[in-house]
Amino acid sequence: MAVRIQQIYKYYGDLHALEDISFNIEAGDFFGLLGPNGAGKSTLIGIMAGLVRASRGHIQIMGHDVHQQWRQARQVLGIVPQELAYDPFFTVKQMLRLQAGYFGLGRENYLWLEELLDILGLANKANTSLRDLSGGMKRRVLIAQALVHKPPVVVLDEPTAGVDVELRKALWQFTRQLHEKGHTIVLTTHYLEEAEALCNNIAILNQGKLIALDTKQKLLDYYPYRLLRLSLTSEDEVNLPPALQEKLQSFQPGQLVLKLHREHDQIGAILESLRAAQIHFTDLHTEEAGLEEVFVNLTSKASV
Amino acid sequence: MNWYGLYTLFAKETQRFMKVVVQTVLTPIITVLLYLVIFASVLQDHIEVYPNISYTQFLIPGLMMMSIIQNAFANTSSSLFQSKMQGSVVFMLISPLSNLEIFLAFVGAAVLRGVLVGIGVWLAALWFVSLPIFNVWAIISFTLLGSALLGALGLIASLISDKWDHISAFQNFVILPLVFLSGVFYSVDKLPGIWNQVSYYNPFFYMIDGFRYGFLGVSDINVLISLSIVSTFLVATVMACLWLLSTGYKLRY
Ligand SMILES: Nc1ncnc2c1ncn2[C@@H]1O[C@H](COP(=O)(O)OP(=O)(O)OP(=O)(O)O)[C@@H](O)[C@H]1O
Ligand SMILES: [Mg+2]
Repeated sequence: MAVRIQQIYKYYGDLHALEDISFNIEAGDFFGLLGPNGAGKSTLIGIMAGLVRASRGHIQIMGHDVHQQWRQARQVLGIVPQELAYDPFFTVKQMLRLQAGYFGLGRENYLWLEELLDILGLANKANTSLRDLSGGMKRRVLIAQALVHKPPVVVLDEPTAGVDVELRKALWQFTRQLHEKGHTIVLTTHYLEEAEALCNNIAILNQGKLIALDTKQKLLDYYPYRLLRLSLTSEDEVNLPPALQEKLQSFQPGQLVLKLHREHDQIGAILESLRAAQIHFTDLHTEEAGLEEVFVNLTSKASV
Repeated sequence: MNWYGLYTLFAKETQRFMKVVVQTVLTPIITVLLYLVIFASVLQDHIEVYPNISYTQFLIPGLMMMSIIQNAFANTSSSLFQSKMQGSVVFMLISPLSNLEIFLAFVGAAVLRGVLVGIGVWLAALWFVSLPIFNVWAIISFTLLGSALLGALGLIASLISDKWDHISAFQNFVILPLVFLSGVFYSVDKLPGIWNQVSYYNPFFYMIDGFRYGFLGVSDINVLISLSIVSTFLVATVMACLWLLSTGYKLRY
């Protein structure tokens, strides 16, 4: 088991940032940690990394307690922090060597650092001061820094926040490769299509509580709706029959989207009643619900 | 012990000030020379603290020690505080470095900067006046103890501060008065009543007095007493600093 989280509580004064969080992450998993802003994701990651002290509870990384056996636990953990922090005094290469040095790794590790620079597309920035890098480049350096000691468990706290589409795709590919090489990956993100594309197992936090923990497929199944998207022949307003009104997901001129229950709604019957209401369309397709819908459904339900 | 990690952090802290060596080493040396020119030329013929020792000779060891400790303090306080503000301190905090290792690396670099500035002031001062060396061990001991003590104080200051204001308040309202009241420019015996007594509670006074003894062979206090008092202060400060680090105060939330 890569990460074992047992009854973690974290209080900041009266604020319950985390309450009774327990779950495990298997070795070799690609794990998604999701939740709205302030849910407690970074706090939980901070406890794993030793940056935050739990009020109660234990976390083990590869069997090492982060509090009792902090040295071993930190050796097996790589953290990409959410904040774009950097030390302006040093170049990219110097920074990586320093970070590796903290982990006790010297010259014997330089080859790996060169490789990291290559894989992350930083080779031509190796001697550039961190101050002079763009935000996306700094993000890559953060990732490289997390990997200097080849940790079996890699935690990425919103690595794709504020990066352009191209870099995001590159980072996806990179984390996939890491995963294929056998690293356990823990990813937090606000882009749910990202979690959907990458993660096998997912935990959802909301207001400090664990509100869902399952495989991606089970979570997707949990939301029993799919969307029916129709391209209409006219751009006019439509008059939906009463039976369909409650199924309306969205309407834009020429575009009608209905939300259908997977089991209770028959597409044939729906199309029948549309025709009866004189609503004509040129094209139609259905979409399975994504994590987005599951997420909104879960987090909004929990907050009422 | 993670010796290689400790060495790396020490090297990093050293590179940090060596990259801006004009600001961190050269400028303090020039500042001290200005003090020297002004005070020595104005007071040279008016003050004799110890018989047969010129005021300039009396002044130089004090100024050396002053610059050593001020720079040791500045090094740790600005470095740790800056990385706290920039958030880059997390890279150190998530690595397998213990509090003791972090402490030793920071204070080691502070001592090194203090020593470099001290040597610079000494070399520059030799242009002005010849300065004997009476006991090199006293010089070395007080240099190391003093810079380590101020390096540790600088760490404490950076740990408890939330703004640059707090650091400079520490510098201007604690360190500077203690330095000026420690007998850098005069013998504390010349101070009136209460100020004279207060001086004896000032650890900096013993640092300066003992350090000066190393050069001139004369002191207000027996050098061994000074040595033990400064060592005691150092031990207490180190303990306080390590304790503060171990609580994770304003560092690990
Ligand atoms: N040092 C701190 N002191 C007080 N409260 C804190 C501290 N750090 C975090 N919090 C609070 O704990 C809660 C959880 O914060 P956390 O950063 O873990 O959320 P998150 O899930 O990572 O959110 P985001 O998606 O915005 O990054 C928030 O309400 C936050 O304000
Ligand atoms: Mg966060």
